[in-house]
Amino acid sequence: MTSTDTSDAAADTLQGGPRRGRVRTARRGVPLPLLLPALIGLAFLLLPLIALLLRAPWSTLPDQLTSAEVWQALRLSLVCATAATAVSLVIGVPLAWLLARADFPGRGFVRALVTLPLVLPPVVGGVALLLALGRNGVVGQWLDSWFGITLPFTTAGVVVAETFVAMPFLVISVEGTLRAADPRYEEAATTLGASRFTAFRRVTLPLIAPGIAAGAVLAWARALGEFGATITFAGNFPGRTQTMPLAVYLALQNNPEAAIALSLVLLAVSIAVLAGLRDRWMTAP
Amino acid sequence: MTNTHAAAADGAEPPQGPPAPNHESGTGGAGGKTNPAEGRVPTTHPHPKTHRTPDGLDAHLVVNRTTFRLDIKLTAAPGDVVALLGPNGAGKTTALRALAGLVPLTAGHLRLDGAELDRTPPESRPVGVVFQDYLLFPHLTALDNIAFGPRCQGATKAASRAQAAEWLARMGLTEHATAKPRHLSGGQSQRVALARALATSPRLLLLDEPLAALDARTRLEVRAQLRRHLAEFEAVAVLVTHDPLDAMVLADRLVVIEDGRAVQEGTPSDIARHPRTDYIAQLVGLNLYKGHADGHTVRLDIGPAITTTEILSGPAFVAFPPSAVTLFRDPPTGSSARNHWRCEVAGLETHGDQIRADLTGELPLAADLTTVAAAELDLHPGAPVWATVKATQTHAYPA
Repeated sequence: MTSTDTSDAAADTLQGGPRRGRVRTARRGVPLPLLLPALIGLAFLLLPLIALLLRAPWSTLPDQLTSAEVWQALRLSLVCATAATAVSLVIGVPLAWLLARADFPGRGFVRALVTLPLVLPPVVGGVALLLALGRNGVVGQWLDSWFGITLPFTTAGVVVAETFVAMPFLVISVEGTLRAADPRYEEAATTLGASRFTAFRRVTLPLIAPGIAAGAVLAWARALGEFGATITFAGNFPGRTQTMPLAVYLALQNNPEAAIALSLVLLAVSIAVLAGLRDRWMTAP
Repeated sequence: MTNTHAAAADGAEPPQGPPAPNHESGTGGAGGKTNPAEGRVPTTHPHPKTHRTPDGLDAHLVVNRTTFRLDIKLTAAPGDVVALLGPNGAGKTTALRALAGLVPLTAGHLRLDGAELDRTPPESRPVGVVFQDYLLFPHLTALDNIAFGPRCQGATKAASRAQAAEWLARMGLTEHATAKPRHLSGGQSQRVALARALATSPRLLLLDEPLAALDARTRLEVRAQLRRHLAEFEAVAVLVTHDPLDAMVLADRLVVIEDGRAVQEGTPSDIARHPRTDYIAQLVGLNLYKGHADGHTVRLDIGPAITTTEILSGPAFVAFPPSAVTLFRDPPTGSSARNHWRCEVAGLETHGDQIRADLTGELPLAADLTTVAAAELDLHPGAPVWATVKATQTHAYPA
């Protein structure tokens, strides 16, 4: 995403400059020892996608895609990913603010903890969620006996698992934007009579909106593709917890054509998201 | 110095172009308290006119940093414009931030119109700040930037915007109401920032290097405007600057700060005539020496004596402008000047249509001379010269 951003910006600047300079930069700038691995890298990233398109069962595709299971899984995926993003926004943005602006002992340690789910294998995250929120979990047993709330193996559980995995992306993105934003705008707001919360709501939030949007897209994309934590914590029940990635994985075992069709749908959704948001948000500062 | 006077005269001109400000003082009429923002001139006094004991600012600011300690006392009556003048890193901005509540006081006190403010958070202080780079909220229009303060103070959206529109009109910026800050020029931004700070009806207005972000041409114009707005402002205004010209044009009183301490305080003309530190002397373009006076003679701490017209005794300063110095190639014999020293040219630079010679030797000093005189004397770095100053052109005062 960043690379799109920078290359676009670079293209913009170049278009303003003299044309001769542009050609010269392109010719001269790339030494072979860099160009060759770069092209291999590009091919490596593109090849699987091309293979997916080449082997797609185009003739039976309409039938595959109109099946009720596909729509069920797709709808569940979109709903859960969006819900997980919403939850991440509500609790993740304040967390990012805390990490960026508040001064408290052990802040570095807390930040490390927040980023832990980024590197933690999602399956481990799922197991940890079960131990915390499962029916006999540390908190889950109280949720169950006091409120009758059971999270594992429910749609809400899917949202919980996806939020756990996706929120760090949002937090890191928003925290970075907050650090880059000038805190003196908040000071200016307080000298005008705004409380710290008002200053955050009316000044900081609008200023970091592009960063929040970028973080939300990252989190949404991560939630949409979530597999490990979801299947561990929420299981794999069609219509309730079977999201697209789970459906793709299962379909691959007994109906590869369906798996390819489902994958194409996810690919299309991803491309649509990138294309739709790129101009509005990704190129913003 | 001549510059200062010229600009001061500019600034003192009565307002002509922009709409003459409608200066309404006192309370805003009988029903003013219930809806003070609606359709009223924004300078309306926000507080009921009860008897307020010691009006104005009474502050003793002490801020300890790891490598730096600020310790200054500041007092000002309503209507005063006080300039904190000092070199970079002297602690001026820290003092301003302490007044605004953005930096906590380590010790001391802060009273404004008799109310203790040291523990009051910045949002609850009746203080308005114009920041050095203005810090206009980039996502809000000029109008909404100004309306922000009244809105935070509880005015309705419509009332605060009406108030902001009035301020824009006073600043002559009505046609820029819907402009975002990035589309405003430096001078326009400065006026919006000033209006934004004033729209909260502060009892203390703080300006951090108000003209530093402007180019030379805009600066002159904005300085004159700012001077007018400050003259209208009925509460205390404190501005911070490292530019003596800004300080002298805008302020009634200067507090010179060096290394976190106030080294001199007084009216601009007083400070210009009686500098007490090298920094101020340089600012106002004077040669300044400290010594011990005995009658007409001041024996300088650095060696030579200077004959003066004043009769003093005890520690004293002697000051004279570089233009009072006359240079000779040979030791002066018949000259009426009793003060002459053997010096050496350390450096030369053009200074307007004059040459400023930097001299070292018996008495380090700065001398101004014409280009012709410099050529006749064959001045160049390292050239030996004799410098003389008439006693009548020196000025001695007790230290």
